[in-house]
Amino acid sequence: MATTRGVVLRLTAEDEAKLAGDHGPGVAMAMRLVVALARVSQAARLIDIESAHIDGCLYHGKAGLDFIEKLVGLGAKVTVPTTLNVSSLDLLHPGLVRLGPTESAAARRLMDAYVAIGARATWTCAPYQLAARPEAGTDIAWAESNAIVFANSVLGARTARYGDFVDVCAAVTGRVPLAGLHMAENRIPTLELDCSSIPDRVLDSDAAWAALGFVVGREVGEQVSILTGITPTVVDEDGLKALGATAASNGSVALFHVAGVTPEAVDAGDAWPEAGIPRIAVTPELLRAARDALTGATAGDELNAVALGTPHFSLAEFAKLAAVLKDRVSFDPSCTVWISTSREVLADAREQGYAQLCEEAGAKLVVDTCTYLVPILADSVRTAMTTSGKWAWYAPANMGINVVLGTLAECIASARAGRVIRDESVWR
Amino acid sequence: MSQSGGDRRVFAEALCPGDGSGDILWLDEPLSFWGGTELDTGVITDVHHPQHGVSLAGRIVVMAASRGSSSSSSVLAEQIRAAVAPAAILLGSRDAIVTLGALAAAEVYGTRLPILLVDESGLAGLPRSGPVTVHAAEDGASVFWNP
Repeated sequence: MATTRGVVLRLTAEDEAKLAGDHGPGVAMAMRLVVALARVSQAARLIDIESAHIDGCLYHGKAGLDFIEKLVGLGAKVTVPTTLNVSSLDLLHPGLVRLGPTESAAARRLMDAYVAIGARATWTCAPYQLAARPEAGTDIAWAESNAIVFANSVLGARTARYGDFVDVCAAVTGRVPLAGLHMAENRIPTLELDCSSIPDRVLDSDAAWAALGFVVGREVGEQVSILTGITPTVVDEDGLKALGATAASNGSVALFHVAGVTPEAVDAGDAWPEAGIPRIAVTPELLRAARDALTGATAGDELNAVALGTPHFSLAEFAKLAAVLKDRVSFDPSCTVWISTSREVLADAREQGYAQLCEEAGAKLVVDTCTYLVPILADSVRTAMTTSGKWAWYAPANMGINVVLGTLAECIASARAGRVIRDESVWR
Repeated sequence: MSQSGGDRRVFAEALCPGDGSGDILWLDEPLSFWGGTELDTGVITDVHHPQHGVSLAGRIVVMAASRGSSSSSSVLAEQIRAAVAPAAILLGSRDAIVTLGALAAAEVYGTRLPILLVDESGLAGLPRSGPVTVHAAEDGASVFWNP
């Protein structure tokens, strides 16, 4: 006898009609995947979503292209507001991405297909930086691990961990399984991470939040955790972005709470953390160990590149960087600073003059994609520095380079010197 | 149902139907197919993974869960298209990202990469090495082998 399934999926008449092809063969194909996901996740029914964010527009080979072109060819269209994640090309800066002509053409075809199905050409992994954000308590279908964890944790919206293929199927059908983090009972923290021994001044740097995310990802796996003992005034969205992006890379974190900060933790007040749940102390020593685990070069080493903006650089991050670059000291010509961001944030950063300051110092701006996903950095780069735990996690394997995780101040000082500079005082 | 794969067996739930056989490969840690395996060979490239350098192609891969990137569905679908995917995947948890990669490939190419959910006692009963055969259908799934 086989393992029994405990839950029977009940579809509405409308769901059945979509599955049967009453809304066309494209909707039927999309519905088959949504229903398959519902069975895998043991959902009792499907629910409506208010928006979708699609990650399938990054080119991973012919299968992804064949899939969306089939869906478009069958007449499918998105039925909810839908944003698009990063692609494999920078359409505003042609030639920046060094893909061969065949792959470039395929990547462009993939982008065109997702626009043809009705999604917005946002091309960003940080859709939460765009003007219209999901409201707390609403159900959405977001893909891209950092966007998922941000939407759940920081916005208080509800999304399961959607991936390629089912993201666009959710956008087409407007339906997702009622499962996982769409259900209130699965959003309650089951583990406390006590951060009270970390000084506020350490959490003043973006890289410290990335290091904290690394600890969270390693300690909690897929569990929902609550971070306690953090002074609310030291927390900003960019820190939470860095935490979530890292924790969703080295772990499978899709939701975390910060006591007194994130919306559901604020609503729960003293009720969270519930009495008796396990508690782990997160110390400054653990943050430094996480930093060192994400670092594969040593202070003094020659530095060839700095990568900022993974996930995409926010306007607030541009403002911080511009405040430092006002002194008009350029980066060392041997070290190229790359900043990945979205078209929309870049337009704002240009309006504020931040982008120009970065370019005058020697930085190069990338939109629509990201520097660890496609060949952008020079082949000669051996060592690169980043504020991003996600970049530091993936770049060594993706690009075969040594990476150093550092604060923005360390990155700027290092880029100006052309070698890795570590300031231990900010990590203690 | 075919019994030809062997006289020992473990029952499971089919997350994606299909048949496969090959040498079993236990992953010592969760793995992200995206960023963790090579697209056109199926070799583990994640430098943090203890089995860095090992190929998943044609193996019956046992993994507690996948990890990290939601792009892993695309990578698995592409590896299925390129015929460098595992012969079957035995999961310890309901991992949608892996399952959807196989289901999407099935929609477009008609391929059938079996994905099975194996419970704790089932996992404990599986061999650590050697050839196994996998059968997964709507009404149930099994892993067979000769001891």
